[in-house]
This record gives sequence, structure tokens and C-alpha cells, in this order.
Amino acid sequence: MILYLGRRLIGVAGILLAICAITFTIFYLLPNDPAAAACGKTCSPDRLAEVKAAMGLDKPIWEQFAAYLTGIVAGRDYGSGPTAAHCGFPCLGYSYEYSLPVWDLLVDRLPVSISLAIGAAVLWLVLGLGAGVTSALRKGRPADKILMVLSVGTASLPVYFTSIMLIWGIVRSAGLLPYPAYHKFTDNPFEWGSNLLLPWIALALLYAAQYARQSRNSMIEAMAEPYIRTARAKGLPSRTVTVKHGLRSGMTPILTIFGMDLGGLLAGAVITESIFGLPGIGRLFYDGLLRSDQPVILGVTLLAAFFIVVANLLVDVLYAFVDPRVRY
Amino acid sequence: MSTTSTEPAAAPVAAAGPAKPSGRGPWRLVWDQLWAKGSARFGLIMVVLLLLLAVLAGPLSALGGWSPEEFDKRSIDAYLGGAPKGDFGGISVRHWFGVEPITGRDLFARVLHGGQVSLLIAFVATAVVVIAGTLAGIAAGYFGGRVDSLLSRLMDLTMSFPSLIFMIAMMSVAKDVNRILLMTLVIGLFGWPGIARVVRGQTLSLKHREYVEAAKVGGARSWRILTREILPNVSGPIIAYTTLLIPGMIATEAALSYLGVGVRPPTASWGQMIAESIVFYETDPTYFLIPTVFLFLAVLAFTLLGDALRDILDPRGGRS
Repeated sequence: MILYLGRRLIGVAGILLAICAITFTIFYLLPNDPAAAACGKTCSPDRLAEVKAAMGLDKPIWEQFAAYLTGIVAGRDYGSGPTAAHCGFPCLGYSYEYSLPVWDLLVDRLPVSISLAIGAAVLWLVLGLGAGVTSALRKGRPADKILMVLSVGTASLPVYFTSIMLIWGIVRSAGLLPYPAYHKFTDNPFEWGSNLLLPWIALALLYAAQYARQSRNSMIEAMAEPYIRTARAKGLPSRTVTVKHGLRSGMTPILTIFGMDLGGLLAGAVITESIFGLPGIGRLFYDGLLRSDQPVILGVTLLAAFFIVVANLLVDVLYAFVDPRVRY
Repeated sequence: MSTTSTEPAAAPVAAAGPAKPSGRGPWRLVWDQLWAKGSARFGLIMVVLLLLLAVLAGPLSALGGWSPEEFDKRSIDAYLGGAPKGDFGGISVRHWFGVEPITGRDLFARVLHGGQVSLLIAFVATAVVVIAGTLAGIAAGYFGGRVDSLLSRLMDLTMSFPSLIFMIAMMSVAKDVNRILLMTLVIGLFGWPGIARVVRGQTLSLKHREYVEAAKVGGARSWRILTREILPNVSGPIIAYTTLLIPGMIATEAALSYLGVGVRPPTASWGQMIAESIVFYETDPTYFLIPTVFLFLAVLAFTLLGDALRDILDPRGGRS
């Protein structure tokens, strides 16, 4: 297990390094000029050169990349004189738009995106697994058909449509919930939950369908296994048979999808955060795009990759606990 | 040889319907099963209908009398901030689906041409993904060893990319190029590992079958074995997964265009139309609903068709 973990951790570091290098190269090669954007419209060539030097853009790409990598480990300083800025460990770059290190921006926005992702994930797991198990146990009957049609239908709706309809129906017309704003969980858990409920629903409706389908298929397959008959025959209550023996064996494929979905969502849901006006990482990223704030774009991309890779690693480790046949 | 090579595609079909008369080709049996299933039939009809609408966008909108970029100031009310004249977004004999507020452009023409762009991007991106994924998967599975480990690493790497975020970033920094072509490539770039894994797995299980060994003994080269023996037998799952890839591609195109990094106005696509109409969702809901309904139906239809095809062609696919 420890050997396996060590090997995987080295792999994770390698993948992150490769993603960092690829992202860096692509942004270096693409025809945009963050220095010109930072300098403004009335920018003399001398001033542009100064800005470039301050941002470290005058050096060749490998030196820039090396500086970026050392910055992540040891922190680095940008510019000199009155415009100098220090960017401490772990330095993912310095945003001239906000005059703040990217890491500080990310840490500031992260609680919003994590709240959004975790709440939505809980909701879609409950909805998806609930629908899937219900359908499987009533295979071929009306309840099964209705649930499957519903799940394909909601998954086909674009998230911006669902979001707008939720805002229109529940906030504007019925006035049941406030227009979503972010409140800290530690300040007021109720406000936190009631404000995030609509974005959670919007995201959950999008994701729940594939969990419903997957858990339905797994359950149907598992319930036909001989060990289910054995469990029934020895007199276990049907709930125990369904949950402990049926559902558990079908959890491995669901865990895989769940790791990827949650990992991808933790670093921000760009569309959902924009529509509901939530100040999360997705919003930060989108604002960064509009202002061509390259350090922010690069930082968010790396953070997102980090979450995905770590989520996949955790899932692989969790396999061993869910499925006793898996050994590392 | 040809009878053996169709065996795995035909086997699940035959197992599912033993009463079917023999002598029909495997694809005919697939068709029969597809048509027998209500949701698949609905998906198939919708897909054909949407494809026809997209292909015939030019002639059909000419029939309606408007081109997609033609302004019609007479259909909007300048005193009401450019709102369409008449109920339901100005639906009338003159404009079948109503008009856009402010410009008065014909929504029937725009939604058909938008569908052309959306479906074109989705189809070409899918083709890129399927070709790249199949080649990589077959090579990894058949040659094994170093080729396999290299390609598998590449798949892991691509799958670890935060694809939507990366696509948005790439689309936003690239400026003066063919947007449609760029979008196709960018979307295609991140999709191939999924299908490559499926094909790799299938190829691994096929490469030690007797007929492959027989072809090897008979002196066939790798290329011939790959194209004549292996490829026909992985084509079932490939077709099913291809159909299931399309709705994701349509949705991705729509999401990118919705965020303003996809196709640029005046070119229409469904996502771009939704992005423009979303501010009017209360004042002119018809304008907002028309592209949304088309997008919804397209994603739904391809999903239903793909699900059914997967159940028929790759019975274990959804469960492994």
C-alpha cells in the first residue's frame, strides 16, 4: 500500500509538472500580450519594455518557466523599485489586475467553490443513487420508466437554462428564496445553505442522471448474483440486502465518475457561478479571461488540474475500502 | 474469414432475439432492435429531422423569406425598446418563429443556421475524437509494450486536464483565426482518451483470438490485421460511443459560445443565440426558448439514440 502510494504520488507530481509545462507553453505561443494589456492603451515602447521586464516577460521561455517553478516552491519577487511586489510560497504568479499574488486570490475564492461543489455533490448523489436504486428494484415497471425519462431529460437541459428558470420561478415569481449570495458557513449555516440551494439544484440536476443510470445498471447486475440470493435466504432484512450487498458491489464505477466530477467542479463551475453571481474560482477565472489576466488563468488551470489528479488518486485508494477484492 | 469477423457483433444480437429469422445481416438486426424501442425510435426520428433542418437551412429559410443576417425594422417596436411587435416574440406568417428584439432578424432562419454551425462543430469534433481515439486505442492494445505505456500515459495526462477551463482559456486567447475550425480542434483535443480506452480494452481481448493468429500465420502484415481483423470487430462499441459523444460535443459548443468564447456574432449557433437572448428571458421568453428547445432536443435525441445503440452493440459497456 505504502509502496503503491509512493509510486502514485510520483506519478501525480509528474502529471502536474507536465500540465504546468504544456499550459505555460501554449500561453507563451498564443498571440496575446499581457504586458500590453497591463500597460494600457496609451503605452510608449519604453514603458512597455519596463512593464515586460517587471513581469519577467522579456526572458526566454525556459527561464520564465524555471522562475515560475521555483516560485511555487520558494516564492519570488516581481519588479523592482516602487512597483516591486513579493509573492510568498506557494507563488502561482502575481496578478497585476488585482495587485495581489494569485495564490491569495485563489485562497480567498476557494471556500465559495468548495461549498458549491460539495453541496451539489451531496444532492446529486442522493438524487442519482436514489433514482437508480429505485428504478433497479422496480425494473420495467412505470416508476422505473418515469425515473429514467426524467433523468435523461434533466441531464439534456443546459445548466444556464435550469439556472435561469430556478431564478425566475423561485426567486422572482414565488419569492421563496433570496437571490443567491455567498454567506460564510461559520457565520450563519442556515443563510449559507439557503443561499446556495438553487445553484446546488441546478448543478445536481445536470450530474444526477449518469449516477442514476450507472447505479441502476450496477444494481440490476448485482441483484441477480447468487450472493444476494444467499443473503435473502439467510433471512436478512431486504434493506440490508439492497444496501450492504447490492449497492456496495456496484460502487466502484460510481466512485470513478464521482472522483472526476467532484475534482473538476472543486476548481469552479464557470457557468453556474457566473449566472448566480457567486464569487468563486470559476468567476475569478472568467473575470481573468475578460481582462486577459494571464497569471490568474494559469493559476486556476493548475489548481483545477491539481484537484482532478488528487481526486483520482483518492478514488483509487478508496477502492480498497469499498471493494475488499482490491489489494495494492 | 468474413463470416468469423462479424461474429462478435452478431453474437449479442442473436442472444437477445433467438426467434429472429437468420440470414439477415448484423446491421439489419441492430436496426430492427433499435426500431422496436420507443425511446430509440424517438431519438432516431428527432436526429434525422434536426439533421435535415440543419442541412437544408438555406433553402428552408429562403422559403420563410428571410436570411439569417437580414434586419427587419418593421417587425420591432422602436417605442418599446425594440421589442418584437405582436405576441409570442412576434410569431406571425411573416416570421414563423418570431424575431430578435432590437434587430428584427428572423429567428426561424437564425435557429436553422445556428443549428448548422452547432451540429457541424459537434460532428467534426466527434470525428476528430473518434479517429484519434480509435488509432491510439488500437495501437496501444495491439502493439502493447512501449507503445502501450506511452499512449496510456498520454491518455492519463489528457484526462487530468481540466478540459472545460482549458478550452475556455485557449479559445479566449486565440483571436484572429477561423473560430469554427479552432473550436472543433480544441474540443476534439480533450475527448479522445475516453474512446481510446474502450478500443484498447477491446483490442486486448481480440488480439489473441484464433482468427487473428490465423491471419498472422497466413503472413498478413500488421496493417492488414489491424484494418481487416481487429477494426471490424471493435466497430460496434465505436459506433455506440460515437453516438454518445455527440450530445456532449453539442453541449460543449453551446457552453463555449454561451460564455462568449465560441463562435462570434453575426454567425449564429444555438449557444450563442441563448447567450444573446438570456437577458430577454422575462420580456421576450419566446426568443430565449426557441434556441433552448432546439439545443435540448438535439442533446436529448442523440443521448437516447446513443444509449439504445450502446445497449444493443455493447451490452456490457454501461456496466463495466
